[in-house]
Amino acid sequence: MTVRYPGFDTLALHAGQPPDPTTGSRAVPIYATASYVFEDSDHAAALFNMERAGHVYSRISNPTVAVFEERMAALEKGVGAIATASGQAALHLAIVTLMGAGSHIVASRALYGGSHNLLGFTLARFGIDTTFVDPRDLGAWQSAIRTNTRLLFGETLGNPGLDVLDIPAVSAIAHQNGVPLLVDSTFTTPYLMTPFDHGADLVYHSATKFIGGHGVAIGGVLVDGGTFDWLASGKFLTLTQPYVGFHGMNFAEESTVAPFLLRARREGLRDFGACMSPHTAFFLLQGLETLPLRMQRHVDNTRKVVAFLADHPMIESVAYPELPSHPDHAAAQRLLPRGCGAVFSFNLKGSRNAGRAFVEALRVFSHLANVGDAKSLVIHPASTTHFRVPDHELEAAGITQGTIRLSVGLEDATDLLEDLQQALKRASKTA
Amino acid sequence: MDLVETPRLYAYTGGKPFDATLPTIVFLHGGEHDHSVWILQSRYMAHHGYGVLALDLPGHMRSAGPALATIESMAEHIAAALKASGTERLILVGHSMGSLVALELGTMLGDKKVQGVVLIATAFPMHVSDALLSATKSSPTQAMEMINVWSHSASIMAFDRKPSNPGPGFSNVWSNLRLMQRIAQRNGSDVLHADFAACNAYQRGAQAVAALTCPALFILAASDSMTPTRAAQPLIDACKDATVVTLPGTGHSLMAESPDGVREALQRFAARAFERAAA
Repeated sequence: MTVRYPGFDTLALHAGQPPDPTTGSRAVPIYATASYVFEDSDHAAALFNMERAGHVYSRISNPTVAVFEERMAALEKGVGAIATASGQAALHLAIVTLMGAGSHIVASRALYGGSHNLLGFTLARFGIDTTFVDPRDLGAWQSAIRTNTRLLFGETLGNPGLDVLDIPAVSAIAHQNGVPLLVDSTFTTPYLMTPFDHGADLVYHSATKFIGGHGVAIGGVLVDGGTFDWLASGKFLTLTQPYVGFHGMNFAEESTVAPFLLRARREGLRDFGACMSPHTAFFLLQGLETLPLRMQRHVDNTRKVVAFLADHPMIESVAYPELPSHPDHAAAQRLLPRGCGAVFSFNLKGSRNAGRAFVEALRVFSHLANVGDAKSLVIHPASTTHFRVPDHELEAAGITQGTIRLSVGLEDATDLLEDLQQALKRASKTA
Repeated sequence: MDLVETPRLYAYTGGKPFDATLPTIVFLHGGEHDHSVWILQSRYMAHHGYGVLALDLPGHMRSAGPALATIESMAEHIAAALKASGTERLILVGHSMGSLVALELGTMLGDKKVQGVVLIATAFPMHVSDALLSATKSSPTQAMEMINVWSHSASIMAFDRKPSNPGPGFSNVWSNLRLMQRIAQRNGSDVLHADFAACNAYQRGAQAVAALTCPALFILAASDSMTPTRAAQPLIDACKDATVVTLPGTGHSLMAESPDGVREALQRFAARAFERAAA
């Protein structure tokens, strides 16, 4: 006997939104309001005390934003989601919900530069320390864990070398030590991988990237798989003890599977305030509707670009996990059978000047600091996204002065190959 | 709070200390569930003049196990705890398997103590198909997926219900699956089969409902695939004082899919039932 849930493509279009009951609007309305009228005093008190479901103030929740959150939860197979002002805000919200000063994180060293800054410098100023480890070294994950460790963290595809995080193995280490695994799934999206199926407990995205796909809105989203047993761990008193800051609520008593999200919304959004605007949620929902179609095209185009570059005499190496030469090729086949995304790096032969000439000669690829746009993008990590990262850590993360990162878009693949061809030719004259 | 310390019988009290002098609402969850399925009913009632005991049944989540094999043994276990709790006036509210426990408890505790019974998504007999019952034993992981799909309103509607439970941003469908998985992880993979076998084997439904002298409220879900509304009819027919509320567009997980509908029906009934008993 088999049963099935609605398919991914259907959920991407419909989850979280019935047609508007008031107007019949099929599209998700933008509820541009700061607050919501109470039916009466009892309704007001019940909403504030979490006795009833509903909206009070748009920093805490908003009907348009809730559609985005519930659609992302549906696609990720999570118990719920919280939309945030950016991907960085989502990462911050996850961390501050779980821990305070005196706590410790073990993180992959192959991270987006902004995440590295937050963990390595900014949070350290607030008493939260991080040990960075080689994501492929399972022994390093284990040996870095201390008694005050509260989180393991990595990217599904590391930035920029596309290290494939072995989520089943790393999550097993996390769970043996009574802590959850958080993953940044920005590069893969739920179309290419649903990390909760592999053992992750929390997932976040910079929704600015593939989720939106259009590069017009900054946003993030944090999804809880509902898989981690906070009570059994005994290490998360913020979730399992009464919280005087919110009616003495014991979040784990209120909800067996979602205490993390309850606290993150009722404390994190309330006090830190990094919420998403309904306009941004609307933009991101427009993108989300076509996520499966776009991601497939992103992957198809990327495979053609990777094949072209891998055979080109000007190219020293291409880091894409579908290539047998990539150290995580086997893991990619196991965890990412639909594809390894559309962001990857390669190393040009020749001097740093060759790299600069190549980037500046591109006509279809736009030179900017973003990924996951419908349009193809290019950047030089060592001088931009990762310029604050020390040289030895750059080297460990596989970044050299000649590394170029591409984000392959949805253009006609022939135009992309021709653009790369002419730019390589130009670069060869300066090499 | 621990209603009984050894073996532990846990009860969520709605975010307030339990006051046995208040009229009390006892919430009884269904198979492979726990007290948290009542989040949008129990907390509200606790802050509106009632004492609340939302139990984890024996062998479920925080209550010591093992899961009990019959509806009668569950009722006996809880009856002893309620007698010792000091509460004198109570309404029993049960969902699915919990509705059968409520029926048995009503008989055991008598109408002086039990002043109303609320049966949510109930059925008698609560027959479980051979295929599903077999799956709960041989492949509980797959059985949970089946139960989760059948526990919600059809197709995409299950993913777009408003309001979400327990609030904006949550997924009813995946929350229900994760809760069942958590019970299995924490209490053992045999709980699911024990619960469904107990429902399937229960024979005393018509007898128990006929013995009730207090009013009964039936809250049914119009799109219930697990316990279709027609399956409650034998109990409704045998009940001396039945009120039926059918919530439209809602599946078996109606406390999550229609939280306000369930709460409003319960609130109206509780006010009337306690008032009538006091008169």
